[in-house]
Amino acid sequence: MDGPTFPTNAPRATVAARRRAVVLLLAISCAPGAAAAVPPPAEPDASPPGARATATAPPAPTAPLRWAADAEGGAPYIFKDPKNPEHNIGFEVDLVDALAKELGRPIEFVQYDYKSLVPGVLRRDFDFAMNGIEVTPDRRARLLFSRPYYVFRLQLVTRADDSRIDSLRGCKTERCVVGTLEDTAAERLLDKEGIAKKVYDSQVEPYRDLTLKRIDAVLMDLPIAIYYARPNPLLRFAGDPIERGYYAIAFRPGEEALAGSIDAALERLLRRGELRRIYARWGIWDEEQNELGNARVSDILAESRRQWTFDRYFPLLLNGAWLTIRLSVTSFLVAMAIGLLVALARLYGVAPLRWLAIGYVEFFRGIPVLLLLYFLYYGLADLSSSYGLEIFKLAPLTAAITGLGLNYAAYEAEIYRAGIGAIPIGQWEAAASLGMTAVPTFRRIILPQAIRIILPPMTSDFVALFKDTSIVSMIAVVELSKQYQILSKSSMKYLEIGLLTALLYLVMSVPLGALSRRLERRWGKGIL
Amino acid sequence: MDANDLKITLSGVSKRFGDRPVLDGVSLGVEPGETLAMIGPSGGGKSTLLRCINGLTSFDAGEIRVGPHRLAPDRGRGSNGATARAVRRLVGMIFQDFRLFPHLTALQNLIEAPVRVLRTPREEAVAQARQLLRRVGLGEYADAYPRQLSGGQQQRVAIARALAMSPRGLLCDEITSALDPELKGEVLSVLEGLKRDGITLMVVTHEIGFARRAADRVVVLDGGRIIEDGPPSQVIDRPRTPRTRQFLSQILG
Repeated sequence: MDGPTFPTNAPRATVAARRRAVVLLLAISCAPGAAAAVPPPAEPDASPPGARATATAPPAPTAPLRWAADAEGGAPYIFKDPKNPEHNIGFEVDLVDALAKELGRPIEFVQYDYKSLVPGVLRRDFDFAMNGIEVTPDRRARLLFSRPYYVFRLQLVTRADDSRIDSLRGCKTERCVVGTLEDTAAERLLDKEGIAKKVYDSQVEPYRDLTLKRIDAVLMDLPIAIYYARPNPLLRFAGDPIERGYYAIAFRPGEEALAGSIDAALERLLRRGELRRIYARWGIWDEEQNELGNARVSDILAESRRQWTFDRYFPLLLNGAWLTIRLSVTSFLVAMAIGLLVALARLYGVAPLRWLAIGYVEFFRGIPVLLLLYFLYYGLADLSSSYGLEIFKLAPLTAAITGLGLNYAAYEAEIYRAGIGAIPIGQWEAAASLGMTAVPTFRRIILPQAIRIILPPMTSDFVALFKDTSIVSMIAVVELSKQYQILSKSSMKYLEIGLLTALLYLVMSVPLGALSRRLERRWGKGIL
Repeated sequence: MDANDLKITLSGVSKRFGDRPVLDGVSLGVEPGETLAMIGPSGGGKSTLLRCINGLTSFDAGEIRVGPHRLAPDRGRGSNGATARAVRRLVGMIFQDFRLFPHLTALQNLIEAPVRVLRTPREEAVAQARQLLRRVGLGEYADAYPRQLSGGQQQRVAIARALAMSPRGLLCDEITSALDPELKGEVLSVLEGLKRDGITLMVVTHEIGFARRAADRVVVLDGGRIIEDGPPSQVIDRPRTPRTRQFLSQILG
């Protein structure tokens, strides 16, 4: 693709020229350096759909193409070679090698976080993404896809010692909770079937939780099941693979030329049986792949969008909102109770207690709540399986409440300490001179006055916690924000569902402000 | 009021703040029903003396007897706790800065301690509180919050609050110092009423007129020692020490 032949590149070239002039003015003495600092105007560019026909010339054959994927724990797609951690291996690595040969052009690997692959391709961090990316309606709206290079099916997996389930229908009748990956065909299928699900964002954790008996089954892409579930003697495949989806290579819109040449290369690899050899080498060839010859990513996917009507998604949003409320209220009650104890220990405790309290505040204020949540949910579960201490195997909601509670308790403790410390010592003495002892004095005289000082910062902490609950989606709790992400991706109704979600948050948080002002008035009586 | 037998005795009470002596071997006896005025320059130890008597401040040497109770030197806070609480049931304390509970109404300020400490039934405590408020001239202000009252009114509520515990003695720590001159009178006349009722009063004050009029006895504290002790006619009108004369002439202008 050549910039100057491109009508849309004209303004860009002008800008570049103007910029070059400015740089030249600034650095007259080193004109060559200045010119080098300017991005080359001939850089490959996105073209508007209308300009497609003019995008003919392929990129200079010698420049390497940049391919992005996430090598972190992604067998059999792409993962670190245990024999040589500098190296990545996987069926996608082999496929890319074959494509490079086919195109006569080197392809360079770029490590990229899986969840950021789509934004990454849009912001030109690389030329294409290939990492088991499933063709979904919303992705199709934003990206350009190659022809499919693999037909995947879904495999239900359960524990070897659990004979209840052999199909999705069994999951439904047995009221099972099924783990799956976020924003995948498997998740959408579970939603469609009305099966309780738990959503993860990596392919390792669902099987871990399954062996820990936190969930009853896992539904994920077959290649993942082949690598992560089949070797595990504690797990078994429940029934045959079901459904069908496609992996394809993602380009940014406008890269039709590149996509076209890769499509052609894929076609040749398929014809020659090269694809089959690669997949067979990785043990993932099956009959389904025969379909690759005639498959085009079709508009069947747009179908799912039509199915997401208001009366379908709104109850799910409300469920998320209700969980958000329960989660924030419970966590905050925990934070208030622990916070008060910590503040009291710090204010009135004997030396070792005081140090403990200081340590508590510094520790929990200093570590990210996300780390704490991971530790409580996964770290403690390790303990439980190594030592048989079932009590440490926290349910997701318990882990979430504990984590948020412990974290916010540190902040509440400091607020309480400041508020209580602000009450003059004279109030203690006045109560003492009336014969009152410490505990009733604190409860009846000091705390009611301190609450007035404590209340405003405490309310804003509660609102902050209320919004921080979105972080617990990391440990498979589907609260309001997570529900929004899932629903909007499944339905592509970003605006509509986004506005509704924001509205739900406001409906919940605005009354909080009003309540706080009322409480302040009530507790503030008599005090200026 | 019942016949008062509350005797307060200090023997050789000493206290230092760092290396500065605040009380230097003070011995003093206060008879039941007596009104004792303590005067003297600032920093002379008057307030510290009062605070030692009801256990708000510890002391280093000597002993203090309040009725049957004996307070001993105490380094750590609270080892005198039970005794201090027993002493506080006998003698109330009133502070220069009132120290009312700002989140409670006048009436609630009065009933808090009787209900919590003496376990007085609430209705009884309320009736007693209303009567006490009338006695200090604030019958109308039962439901007012402290900030809605003038300084003089607040201090009278504080006196009523101390009286609600039915003490036999009151320790008054410069209770008119924070008040405008026209408000001092209303507080002092309440004190004079208490004296007539036979309550033992130890009053730290700069109101020489009040001391002359109401006190049975005046002591002058200077540098942590009692330098003069006698009836007002003697201490105020014919002071023996030059230090007292100097102090009185400063204060009387």
